[in-house]
Amino acid sequence: MTDKIHLDRAHLQALYRQMLRIRRFESQCVALYQAQKIRGFLHLYDGEEAVAAGVMAALTPQDAVVATYREHGHALAHGVPMKSILAEMLGKQQGCCRGRGGSMHLFSRAQRFYGGNAIVGGGLPLAAGIAMADQRLRPGAATACFFGEGAVGEGAFHETMNLAQLGRLPLLFVCENNLYAMGVPLATSESETDIWRKAQAYRMAAEQVDAMDPVQVEAAARRALDHVRSGQGPYFLECRTYRFRAHSMFDTQAYRTRDEIEDWKQRDPIERLRAWMAGNHQLSADEAAAIDAGIAAEIAEAVAFAEAGTLEPVADLERFTLMDTVVQEHAA
Amino acid sequence: MSGSTPRITYREACRQGIRDALIADPRCFVMGEDVASYGGCYAVTKGLIEEFGPQRIIDTPLAENGFTGIGVGAAVAGLRPIIEIMTCNFSLLALDQIMNNAATLSHMSGGQFAVPLVIRMATGGGRQLAAQHSHSLEGWFAHIPGLKVLVPGTVEDARWMLAAALADANPVLIFEHIVLYNTEEALDPAVTAVDISHAKVRRAGADVSLVTYGNSLPKCLTAADGLATEGISAEVIDLRVLRPLDMATVTASVARTRRVVIVDEGWKSGSISAEIAARLAEDALYELDAPVRRICSREVPVPYAAHLEEATLPRVDEIVSAARALVKPR
Repeated sequence: MTDKIHLDRAHLQALYRQMLRIRRFESQCVALYQAQKIRGFLHLYDGEEAVAAGVMAALTPQDAVVATYREHGHALAHGVPMKSILAEMLGKQQGCCRGRGGSMHLFSRAQRFYGGNAIVGGGLPLAAGIAMADQRLRPGAATACFFGEGAVGEGAFHETMNLAQLGRLPLLFVCENNLYAMGVPLATSESETDIWRKAQAYRMAAEQVDAMDPVQVEAAARRALDHVRSGQGPYFLECRTYRFRAHSMFDTQAYRTRDEIEDWKQRDPIERLRAWMAGNHQLSADEAAAIDAGIAAEIAEAVAFAEAGTLEPVADLERFTLMDTVVQEHAA
Repeated sequence: MSGSTPRITYREACRQGIRDALIADPRCFVMGEDVASYGGCYAVTKGLIEEFGPQRIIDTPLAENGFTGIGVGAAVAGLRPIIEIMTCNFSLLALDQIMNNAATLSHMSGGQFAVPLVIRMATGGGRQLAAQHSHSLEGWFAHIPGLKVLVPGTVEDARWMLAAALADANPVLIFEHIVLYNTEEALDPAVTAVDISHAKVRRAGADVSLVTYGNSLPKCLTAADGLATEGISAEVIDLRVLRPLDMATVTASVARTRRVVIVDEGWKSGSISAEIAARLAEDALYELDAPVRRICSREVPVPYAAHLEEATLPRVDEIVSAARALVKPR
């Protein structure tokens, strides 16, 4: 059964809203970082929002997600409440990980959001294991595993590709190819720069998609998930995208030119979709204003919640290092 | 022990423990290199593929980090994996998944996830397998918060520790010593479970405590026999669990004997023996009548040649000498 994308007005606006919500949330994070309320590493997703928005639009609540340290957008788009994300980033016990994870390690059991993994490539074997459990316990569920193109240099990538295909695991690999592994350009780090071709070596179904367009991403993700859910095994999606901001807050971006960044910004997925919708009577000025206002209100509420949050008592520092009982999801 | 009680090997005990687990829990499976038709590098899983089939006994490619990480994810999402890593030297290829995922997910997620994963691996020297198949790395893993580290030194522990490990909500590493696989003991039919939280007094004594684990346990028991002929009564403590350490049992023994020799097949520098010595210094210094002594492996990669390997690993005569020197100083 093919699950095709339905491009009606409401759906397009939802994609637009999701991307804008991620962008605005992260702008707020920058302000909180500059105010020194968020500390540590902060990796922003500006420019790449169409990947998370597009893929998550094709997922269902039964599906699991494994992401990287640049995962605010994935957590938001998969339904992790914004206020629990922001409280986590402020190190508060009301945060989704009680302040133990921070920006790079967002987890939420209720949404099957398994991190937030800051070892490049480290989330891939984990995702394959979750997919294996789903294969046995939750038929029809899929796991979406996000990683950057830098991860494909890691052994964990190749080991997991092989294991996932051998096991016909219900796993969607989503490579967010933003052309730089921190500061190393794609052609310097990879002998094969068409990343999706690597999947062919594992006989895995694969395609490349223009990920500056959430509609194309979602359509590809739906094709991929049809394949995955029908028991045909994993699917590999190479999302061609671009990071507008620095790798982290400690990056001077000496490895690329302003012109290059400006060129890519002309393809900003949010502005591109907004302009198309406006020009095709899919988004009125009032609707755009309402979306803006809704996002602003959600962010304001999240900031207030996080600021009002309390600190985990130091007496509980060692809590959860070892678990007394297995907390676990039930079979679907 | 009566002749009617069947004797089984440590290897067979490990196998029976795995078989029990597979029968008891359909979520349980074994995954690793050559665990199916080959029967495991040390023949522990021999025959299980015929009984349980390829869904439960899963041969993997040579990808320790990948399949160990699959074990982590599968455990988090509801299965009960038993991952076999051929030898602990190979576990270094999986160290990322063990340390950065298995050991951290529960704490880092604020207690949202448990990782009920068991990883079995072979450890130790004594079979002339040279420097990439003979090391004792259990002390390293015992450094890591979030893990439990088991070192069965008896057939009984080899038989029953796995069930306790699988019942635990945390990642548990079991280090099976390659020299012990052929050891035979009669199992006490009254024992059908063991705990994985306590050290055990394997032989009571009054003059000196020999604190050890794994394949150094039989060496210490032999040393205690020898010391007895000299009129020295040695108590032998089997640690059984390297993390969390049961220092209460060790300290209570030292408080009785007032002397201690720690015997550890790991290298001395930064070893579990160093940890025990430090904790005794912190918490039990005034119980001691003599300095702590340690017998560890010599600080070299374990060599191939028999005489060199023998010179590398802890020996019974060294243990006897160290204990004698503490009890009967010149």
